[in-house]
Amino acid sequence: MAIAIDIEIEKPSVGLSRVAVSDTHGEDSPYFEGWKVYDENPYDEVRNPLGVIQMGLAENQVSFDLIEEYLEQHPEASATWGNGTSSFKENALFQDYHGLKTFRKAMASFMEQIRGERAKFDPDRIVLTAGATAANELLTFILANPGDALLVPTPYYPGFDRDLRWRTGVKIIPVHCNSSNDFQVTPQALEEAYNQALAMNIKVRGLLITNPSNPLGTLIQRSVLEEILEFVTRKNIHLVSDEIYSGSVFSSSEFTSIAEILESQKYRNAERVHIVYSLSKDLGLPGFRVGMIYSYNDQVVTTARRMSSFSLVSSQTQNFLASMLSDTKFTKNYIKINRQRLRKRYEMIIEGLRKAGIECLKGNGGLFCWMNLSPFLEKPTREGELGLWNSILHEVKLNISPGSSCYCSEPGWFRVCFANMSEQTLEVALKRIHDFMEKRKTDQRNHLSY
Amino acid sequence: MRMTRFREKLENDEDSKGSSSGGGGGGGGGGGTAMRIIVPLQGVVQGRGGLILGSVIPCALFYFLQLYIRRNRSSSSSSSSPPSPSQPSGLPRSSSNLFSRLSTGPVYISSRASTIAKSDDNPYYVGLKKVTEDPYDALNNPDGVIQLGLAENKLSLNLVRDWMAENMKDSIIGAKGGGDLNIHGIATYQPFDGLMEFKVAVAGFMSQVMEGSVSFNPSLMILTSGATPALEILSFCLADPGNAFLVPSPYYPGFDRDLKWRTGVELIPVPCRSTDNFSLSVTALDRAFNQAKKRGLKVRGVLISNPSNPVGNMMSSETLYDLLDFAREKNIHIISDEIFAGSTHGDQEFVSIAKVLESDDFDRSRIHIIYGLSKDLSLPGSRVGVIYSFNENVLAAAKKLARFSSISAPTQHLLISMLSDTRFIREYVETNKKRIRRMYLAFVEGLKQLGIECMQSSGGFYCWANMSGLIRSYSEKGELELWDKLLNIAKINVTPGSSCHCIEPGWFRCCFTTLTENDIPVVMERIRKISETCKS
Repeated sequence: MAIAIDIEIEKPSVGLSRVAVSDTHGEDSPYFEGWKVYDENPYDEVRNPLGVIQMGLAENQVSFDLIEEYLEQHPEASATWGNGTSSFKENALFQDYHGLKTFRKAMASFMEQIRGERAKFDPDRIVLTAGATAANELLTFILANPGDALLVPTPYYPGFDRDLRWRTGVKIIPVHCNSSNDFQVTPQALEEAYNQALAMNIKVRGLLITNPSNPLGTLIQRSVLEEILEFVTRKNIHLVSDEIYSGSVFSSSEFTSIAEILESQKYRNAERVHIVYSLSKDLGLPGFRVGMIYSYNDQVVTTARRMSSFSLVSSQTQNFLASMLSDTKFTKNYIKINRQRLRKRYEMIIEGLRKAGIECLKGNGGLFCWMNLSPFLEKPTREGELGLWNSILHEVKLNISPGSSCYCSEPGWFRVCFANMSEQTLEVALKRIHDFMEKRKTDQRNHLSY
Repeated sequence: MRMTRFREKLENDEDSKGSSSGGGGGGGGGGGTAMRIIVPLQGVVQGRGGLILGSVIPCALFYFLQLYIRRNRSSSSSSSSPPSPSQPSGLPRSSSNLFSRLSTGPVYISSRASTIAKSDDNPYYVGLKKVTEDPYDALNNPDGVIQLGLAENKLSLNLVRDWMAENMKDSIIGAKGGGDLNIHGIATYQPFDGLMEFKVAVAGFMSQVMEGSVSFNPSLMILTSGATPALEILSFCLADPGNAFLVPSPYYPGFDRDLKWRTGVELIPVPCRSTDNFSLSVTALDRAFNQAKKRGLKVRGVLISNPSNPVGNMMSSETLYDLLDFAREKNIHIISDEIFAGSTHGDQEFVSIAKVLESDDFDRSRIHIIYGLSKDLSLPGSRVGVIYSFNENVLAAAKKLARFSSISAPTQHLLISMLSDTRFIREYVETNKKRIRRMYLAFVEGLKQLGIECMQSSGGFYCWANMSGLIRSYSEKGELELWDKLLNIAKINVTPGSSCHCIEPGWFRCCFTTLTENDIPVVMERIRKISETCKS
């Protein structure tokens, strides 16, 4: 008896690109894993007090009230479509990749204030992008070909894997830093990384530094910046200085921007230097998607501007922020108070951690601290670190970022954000850590007594 | 893109001096120029006979070397000082030591960037620049260049503005603000592919502009800062560098930038002919596909614009069915750019590819639609674009890529209110279509009086005019000569068909939605003058 057999022929599914199917976006790392756990069970003071507290998001919520106050006092500033008929039309139709001049002027002035007027910025060298994410990617497209590399000191922001590599096809070569000198970049480490690239036949096109550093929360010293500048000049490569946390430095006088060094050197060799900035961190407005490239290289400015067509900032947002940032009385006050509040938070978390027996790297800026849990690892390895991270995530219910996802060469370090929550929430988090550490001590004592 | 006068004056300087791609800018200022001339001469003056020769020759060589270098340096860095005379502290150029410059050479710029940095000779961009330099204004600059090269719609802006004035406090918080200012909700990190609320509003809008013929699912949408990045992101998802898309021509010049620049993807024009009313021929597609295959080019998809830019015609359901069959047979994607879907003005009904999909069992995973608010809602400044895809893998990848091109949160909130006012949107769409129609008829009639026929079209902000009767030699060269006359003598900026990859010379795209009705006779008069000189 013949049996009819149904053979299902699978229709060939239509193909997608390598970019679409690759995991170069790096979003499968623990850095992003933790966020998912948080999303499933987010802490809320009232409605979910046992939920996961998000300490893995570098967002600044401590100074919103200042902006709200400004809006209340300046209702005309929020006339984002412009005042009057003609300016409505202009704004509605405005899609010029040069960006609004008034807005660029305001950004330049804001950046100067942050640096205590120790550097000057020319509005015509500003290329606006929808966030620093776009700025970093754009610069990479411009400075390097697929297969080339950028040097990036470790530990670094996990998002760089995606922002610098995914669509661009450019590689990252890590410049290893370690705790022996507080994770500072050294000329030896730079040379080593560069030579490593040479050995692999990879062309290095630039060095990307983050200053203030993410995830360390430290500032790069002036002398180190000078060494870095000397290195990139000697190798004839670019230098990208991501200064998105420059306004979140606890004490203004300690921060040195690469712009200051260039100015003091009368802009010699400046054409290889580019600064990335954004309003997401310092002004706490990540939802607005405002970033920029500041380049001392005319060709880069021209090219970046044209390429920014893929990443323009809406005209209303530019309008709105132009009036707010041109108000120097407001910005001076904002910068000062924001700094003070961040410093207070930082001191609060450091103190709280210290009481729990945990030390941190001495930081002077940023929205996070770099916590050292290496003494508490079961094994001084990446697995040990991830094991501890898992416990903290699932038992203590805190989402912190493990150093390994930032490519830190030493296991046991964690980035802990403190500015994206209220003080009360921070207290709760510190208490949980405290209790966790206490429990560990007790467990160990009991264990030892056997 | 319009550019500020000042800036593009500088870029003109750059361009005219022919900066090469390697030039990394940044030369030295004039510091020490005098010294460099005096020192060698001193040697000549103080030396004797043989010493003179011995010093003159190397000094002369040295002198000429410096001149040569200084000339080249200044050509690659002519715009080194930023154009800010009012800011003396604006960046001064480095007075760098000549020798340190020589030893390192200019810093490298990627090959992708080099192509972009070169000045754009494409008439499409040249024309836009000319208008910015000398824009026509009926009152203040009646001899200026009239803009017919930018597909922008000013006809119905007043409706949008009036709505804003009536309905919002004009604040970034939007209508929901009321007196309760809470920046917290819009300031913090938002989903990079757009707020769900906004997607719902945009989906509703898309459906409304297409006369309710099809409905859109907000979960199949990724929102981006404009249709430009939407197209690029889709290109990154569907094709690898070196792959190709088939694009019926003539096509929008911007595709060459949006789909190719950074993606490394090729565009293969598939010519359409006037004898077919410039409509898509699947036979031509097939031929192009096979030719590409022979050349070793992997075709990943077909990109259509419907309503078409620059022709303005719309695809029939039959053609769409044929296209779907073609795509299935070759196992490739279809990208349908429907950005002018709400700007139709004829009697023909617009059919979205989404509509055609509803009626048959097509494999939807190969279909993607591009949309945006710049055309149909006259708000290019807000930067709102849409990728609409039935392919969940594409959606997943595009969602992640959208972080490079996200829409500002306050803008989203503002537009949610406007788009949700369906009564306003209905009135707006109806009125807008009527106004476009009126201008279209007046403009086409005006051209007809001059003996210039336009292709029958029912969508978009432009007409596709046949000026081949006015060109001397029936070739691209002839066409560009006419274009040049129109731009520089008649002072109207129109887009020549060659910029759109049209294979038949003499066709021009003329946008009429930036004009008022009074401007039309002015335009026609200018064209008439030119046409007279052409006929003589």
